[in-house]
Amino acid sequence: MSSVTVSGPRPRFGGAAARLAAVARLTWPVRICAALLVLVVLGAVSAPWLAPYDPASGDLSSTLAGMSGDHWLGTDAGGHDTFSQLLAGGRTSLLGPLGVVVFSTVSGVLAGLFSAWRGGWVDALIGRVLDIMFAFPSLLLAILAVALFGKGLGAPVVAMAIAYMPYTARLVRGLTQQEKMRPYIAAYRVQGHSGTFIALRRVLPAIGPTVLAQSTVNFGYALLDLAALSFLGLGVQPPTADWGAMINQSQAAVLEGQPLSAVLPALLVVVVVVAVTVVGEHFGDRLSGREAKA
Amino acid sequence: MTVKSPNLVSVAWLRRVGAMASTLLVTSFLVFSSLYLAPGDPVAFLVKGRSPSPEQLAAIRHEYGFDKPFPVRYWDWLTGLLHGDFGQSYQLHASVASVIGSRLPSTLLLVALATVLIVVLGVGLGVFGALRGGKGVVVAVTVGAAVPSFTAAIVLRSVFGVRLGWFPTVGTGSGFGDELHHMLLPAIALAITFMALVTRVTRAAMLEELGREHVEVVTSRGLPRTAVIRRHVLRNALGPVVTVSALLISGLLVSTAIVESAFGMNGVGSLLVSSVNHMDFPVVQAVVLLVVAAFVVVNTVVDLVYPVIDPRVRAAR
Repeated sequence: MSSVTVSGPRPRFGGAAARLAAVARLTWPVRICAALLVLVVLGAVSAPWLAPYDPASGDLSSTLAGMSGDHWLGTDAGGHDTFSQLLAGGRTSLLGPLGVVVFSTVSGVLAGLFSAWRGGWVDALIGRVLDIMFAFPSLLLAILAVALFGKGLGAPVVAMAIAYMPYTARLVRGLTQQEKMRPYIAAYRVQGHSGTFIALRRVLPAIGPTVLAQSTVNFGYALLDLAALSFLGLGVQPPTADWGAMINQSQAAVLEGQPLSAVLPALLVVVVVVAVTVVGEHFGDRLSGREAKA
Repeated sequence: MTVKSPNLVSVAWLRRVGAMASTLLVTSFLVFSSLYLAPGDPVAFLVKGRSPSPEQLAAIRHEYGFDKPFPVRYWDWLTGLLHGDFGQSYQLHASVASVIGSRLPSTLLLVALATVLIVVLGVGLGVFGALRGGKGVVVAVTVGAAVPSFTAAIVLRSVFGVRLGWFPTVGTGSGFGDELHHMLLPAIALAITFMALVTRVTRAAMLEELGREHVEVVTSRGLPRTAVIRRHVLRNALGPVVTVSALLISGLLVSTAIVESAFGMNGVGSLLVSSVNHMDFPVVQAVVLLVVAAFVVVNTVVDLVYPVIDPRVRAAR
């Protein structure tokens, strides 16, 4: 009895040395992007202490100021300090997509695992439901949620989590179907482990990293969608700082030839999304590379 | 064995069209019943932000049939849709169909212009990237995919509209030439993200096809490089591009909300935003339904037409 031992997939990260080696293997673009993200997150977290001005209250004696010692990145039409707003806006602009990704990943993993594990009509039914969900673009569902539940971040985040869920679910379903064929699964079954145990404790850790890589990329898309919603004036409402809302507030200034306060948040969104995508795809590529070698 | 009876093919077509109809039915139900997700009494929700007279209130009750049971309400609404009756807009005091109809041409022109840009430049860049571009195209695709239409709109407007004054910054224009002039910047802003997507898909498909044996064979037989690329690589590589077209169309339609708002244009997208702002739910419902229907229909058409584009699929079925 005890002579039959099965080892599942080996743990991915073994101790500090392996972690250091992993960092050393990173290419320069990935390192720069990761550093940028750390910087943006730190800035957002410590915004209340770092921001030189109150992002919510404007100084009407210095509106649309250019870059200067007083206002490093200038001010907008309402006299709000752009640098302070960018720092504080990072909180809502990053928390929203985080909520979307967490919700959609958890529900997508459960649906995908269940679907592939059960197979048969359950799989067919879930597949059909996912097909219908695919027909609703995330931004459209978010706008519908705003129409029903009012402006803000709550309803759109939930709506977008629902819209992103099928992408995760389909990925997980595919990966699980592949994994199900592997000999170690059969070995666990022979040993008498329950299906739930194998699915959650053995299959999930094996496919987890690939799913997380996909979720990282989804984070970037969710950030774009939520920023777009705030840009439309349907998401985060002023005076709460948010990158998309900042651009919306500064649209008139663009026509007056003072685009700084609109362009800076618009470019920051691009930089953050590029960084997220590069980091996410790097890990995605590495994982698929490992799968290919194995 | 290889000869398929026409009967079987038409059965497959029928099944696909049936699946489309059932998907449309389910989505219409979801969009209709979403009204009942809103907190509070649906009638109170529908007139929120307005102070209707008792007659108007009665008219709304009657229009939505709140005196009837839910399945009857849905059935009346659905049969209305089939007759082109989307209800009444509260904000604009006109039928939803006429409100959308008057704005649809401008939006469709915008989407068409963007589609041309996406297909020509996206496929072109993808082919170029697969054949010679090294890292440059990969970087361009990564950045392009991350440029949301509002960022593109702000930058394009600021540089080419305000600074250089080459293009108008606001409005839709009158007359075809003027309209086109007004629409070029919005179309570019709308196209960039999707162009990156198409470039990426084309490049990946081209690279995959280039490595195939049949390409090696025709190359070794001395077929000129351009003929190999055109006939044996590009044709096969276009399949994946066609597959994403439903995603592309619905994505473009939704993004017109951003671009039309940014450029102050009167289209279906900006109508959607103003309807949400004015709590004009019948219009929101109709636009949502149209976008979803566009996705479902294009997806079905692609599925049906795909075997014609790529006969290998037909053989495999």
